Amino acid sequence: MKRTIALVLALTVLPAGVAAAAPAPQTTVTAIEGEVMCPICGTLLELSDSPQARREKVYLAKLVAEGRSKAEIKDALVSQYGPEVLAVPRGSGFDLTAYLVPIVALLAAIVALALAVARWRRDGRGTSEAVASEHPLPDEDAERLDADIARYDL
Amino acid sequence: MSARSLVAFLAVLAVIGLLAFGLLNKGGAKVAVGDPVPDKVLPRLPGPGHGSLAEERGKWVLVNLWASWCIPCREEAPLLERFYRRERGRGVAVVGIDVQDNEDDALAFLHAHPTTYTQLRSVGNERSAAFGSTGVPENFLVNPHGRLALIWRGPVDDEFLRERVVPLLASR
Repeated sequence: MKRTIALVLALTVLPAGVAAAAPAPQTTVTAIEGEVMCPICGTLLELSDSPQARREKVYLAKLVAEGRSKAEIKDALVSQYGPEVLAVPRGSGFDLTAYLVPIVALLAAIVALALAVARWRRDGRGTSEAVASEHPLPDEDAERLDADIARYDL
Repeated sequence: MSARSLVAFLAVLAVIGLLAFGLLNKGGAKVAVGDPVPDKVLPRLPGPGHGSLAEERGKWVLVNLWASWCIPCREEAPLLERFYRRERGRGVAVVGIDVQDNEDDALAFLHAHPTTYTQLRSVGNERSAAFGSTGVPENFLVNPHGRLALIWRGPVDDEFLRERVVPLLASR
């Protein structure tokens, strides 16, 4: 009877204890596969099925099963495979240029466009004024032109 | 030169500079016979401690770049071990460098294919790039002065060792 009770206890309590000891995964393999590279293949890990990529996926699954966070897993991958393993450059050091250059280029383009538009408008106004002063119309023609223009509600 | 031309010139220069930097970092080094062997202190496999090719200066050194996922490397490891045992008494060393791998897999590989020669580990692609390597395995024979005497971008076999490597060992 005691053995039966012990067995029942073992079957009910032990699995719960094991479950409590195992860390809960904080992320999934799928969530990370799209953000890291297979460095030797030069493609995203999720797109590669080379032998090296398969090993990397096994290693990644092990890290996920250990309950590590996404950032911790990426750090571990970098320590094993080098910074080339990251699909998205980190926001520090030279990698920062990957983010800064497009922003600077966009700002420069906006400023250049604004300056160009201002110049075109200024030149356009100057040209029409110059045409008007270079080719003055006789009074009669000018009145008829004004009348014609007035007929159109421009 | 007007201020506008100067700005345009500097912008073009910056873009060219970035492109050049990217290309220089992307492409691996070009090593040739006669060049000093690329060397760096690396973690030993298995640890602890570190090692480098400089520790073998004065010997002929056959450097073997390998990875656990590389199928030809499995056949090459025992061959290199045999070569090492045969030649080490004559001032010859073999150094394996694990590249593009993770440490767990590298250790599992060495458990399955044990070697007694020095094994080092490179993080990621760093050593492959230093050797201008395009894959694994690749082999580099280094003379006692630390210069490359032979570059073989592929697996070696008995015939290669006998006909290409051993004759060089006699030419100190």
